[in-house]
Amino acid sequence: MSHSRVSLRIRRPWRFAAEVTALIVAAVVAFPLYWMVLSAFKPEGEIQSTEPRPWTGSPSLDSFRRVFEQQDFGRYFLNSLFVAGVVVVASALIAFLAATAVARFKFRFRTTLLIMFLVAQMVPIEALTIPMFFLMRDLGETVPGVGLNTLGSLILPHIAFSLPFAIWMLRGFVKAVPEALEEAAYLDGASRSRFLWQILFPLVFPGLVATSVFSFISAWNDFLFAKSFIISATENSTLPMALLVFFKDEGNDWGGIMAASTVMTIPVLIFFVLVQRRLVSGLGGAVKD
Amino acid sequence: MSAGTAQHARRAPAKGRRSRPGSTVPAGRRSGKGARRGTWTPWLYLAPALVVLGGLLVYPIYQLGLISFLEYTQAQVSGGEATTFQGFANYAELFGDSEFWNVAVATLLFAAVCVVSTLAVGCALAVLLTRVRAIPRLALMLAALGAWATPAITGSTVWVFLFDPDFGPVNKVLVWLGLSGFEDYSWTYDRYSAFALVLFEVVWCSFPFVMVTVYAGIRAIPTEVLEAAALDGASTWRIWRTIMAPMLRPILVVVTIQSIIWDFKVFTQIYVMTNGGGIAGQNMVLNVYAYQKAFASSQYSLGSAIGVVMLLILLAVTLVYLRLLRRQGEEL
Repeated sequence: MSHSRVSLRIRRPWRFAAEVTALIVAAVVAFPLYWMVLSAFKPEGEIQSTEPRPWTGSPSLDSFRRVFEQQDFGRYFLNSLFVAGVVVVASALIAFLAATAVARFKFRFRTTLLIMFLVAQMVPIEALTIPMFFLMRDLGETVPGVGLNTLGSLILPHIAFSLPFAIWMLRGFVKAVPEALEEAAYLDGASRSRFLWQILFPLVFPGLVATSVFSFISAWNDFLFAKSFIISATENSTLPMALLVFFKDEGNDWGGIMAASTVMTIPVLIFFVLVQRRLVSGLGGAVKD
Repeated sequence: MSAGTAQHARRAPAKGRRSRPGSTVPAGRRSGKGARRGTWTPWLYLAPALVVLGGLLVYPIYQLGLISFLEYTQAQVSGGEATTFQGFANYAELFGDSEFWNVAVATLLFAAVCVVSTLAVGCALAVLLTRVRAIPRLALMLAALGAWATPAITGSTVWVFLFDPDFGPVNKVLVWLGLSGFEDYSWTYDRYSAFALVLFEVVWCSFPFVMVTVYAGIRAIPTEVLEAAALDGASTWRIWRTIMAPMLRPILVVVTIQSIIWDFKVFTQIYVMTNGGGIAGQNMVLNVYAYQKAFASSQYSLGSAIGVVMLLILLAVTLVYLRLLRRQGEEL
């Protein structure tokens, strides 16, 4: 991406107005997150107040404490992290190989495959909950660790669902690696697998990171499968399910909900901030032909 | 997705407009790089992906289609009764149900409003980003990244809380602005205000993708071109229409299609914010409807039939997308 600034001549008052607008919009966009964190730190009396204030005089950790004590929240957190982590690593490796195949080789059915990968991104995964439910149930009888009520039943579908987009996005990164490099490596006597893992892989790594964001999010945010597949084994629940416990008929525990939401949002925020540069350039690469 | 037999993985005939004689071309700009005849290698690399996608995507889709033609309720699931082939009976039942049509129309309208709003907000802010200096730009970028990173479920809970009739700040602010009608107003009670509430959340969490992508696209336009046009006295509108719009079209196509796909499939937001589809199902969308049919009332066949309808609609959207890409001369 060239870092050109679109410098159409703007008169000063206009630019001032644009900058004020940008700051106001930024404040509005950030407000829900601010409110979430603020409410998580408010003491019990303040949160159930009908006169909500945009600050708190006496921040407390009560809500967080309640979340971690009442629920086996730490465990759910680790479960979510485990599911998302395995999905990210597995889909990155599988997608890297596949992207290399479609970006650097010519073979029959290549275009067909690419169209398939594109179409596969459109599949509404929610619609597949029903057959997926039966598939996981049947798999569980033969393969240990993937049946209903196991974390495997959340990991496997998400690997499959994040693959098509990952392949599509990585393709651009693999294409960008000069072919001369590959020829040079072979002339120097490198084997094909050595080139793949020791030269191409490190070069494509930034792209893998950008792709991982999407895989991570899809797995971390999973709500439907956790709800449908983890029926009785609560020790294998993930964060979303733990969060919903605080919605009660007799009145929602908003402090608990906001604290749980905060705990669930922070890791993704950190992840995003770490990779935002690569994410933006990755999107640019994926969108450009 | 059958992995074709690899023996025939000959070098494909050179596609496209640039078939160059000989291959003494310096590396880099040959169409479709790496035209080697590794007969087996690409399939070897593709094998894991094809196995996973075949087993966990293609097969479930096939199963979904199959179940939608069967009699499949709790009795069959528990193995008490044998499944029977029903032909199109499930579809007939579905299409004969006025509720299905209501939900389908609501889904399409809701998705359309979400897509248009998301694109409008995203594009407007992308343009705004190009007009401001570093600090406001960074502030807006960071806020947008925060909204983008927020998991759907936590975003939903926070927005519900913001609009809570008793404890939420939004109604208070509206009343303070003189809109006394919002005193203790319950947003989820009325069908349209409940949809509006979900719309706000959906736009909030999906405009960043549009904004960042379009902004990257605008930044990639060479400055010289724009400056030359400005020097020649072209108006801002004309510069936009004749230079920027054509250059941004591929990106706009991508973000539009992505938005359509996402918004048509909205599940978590509706489910969490309207408590499973709203009062008496007034905020039901197809995705939630299919889920409720299958898992709440054990009508797996009907749920699957709804899933198939969704798949077909999205497939149609995808085909339009592919045609647009082709027209842009994009090489796959």
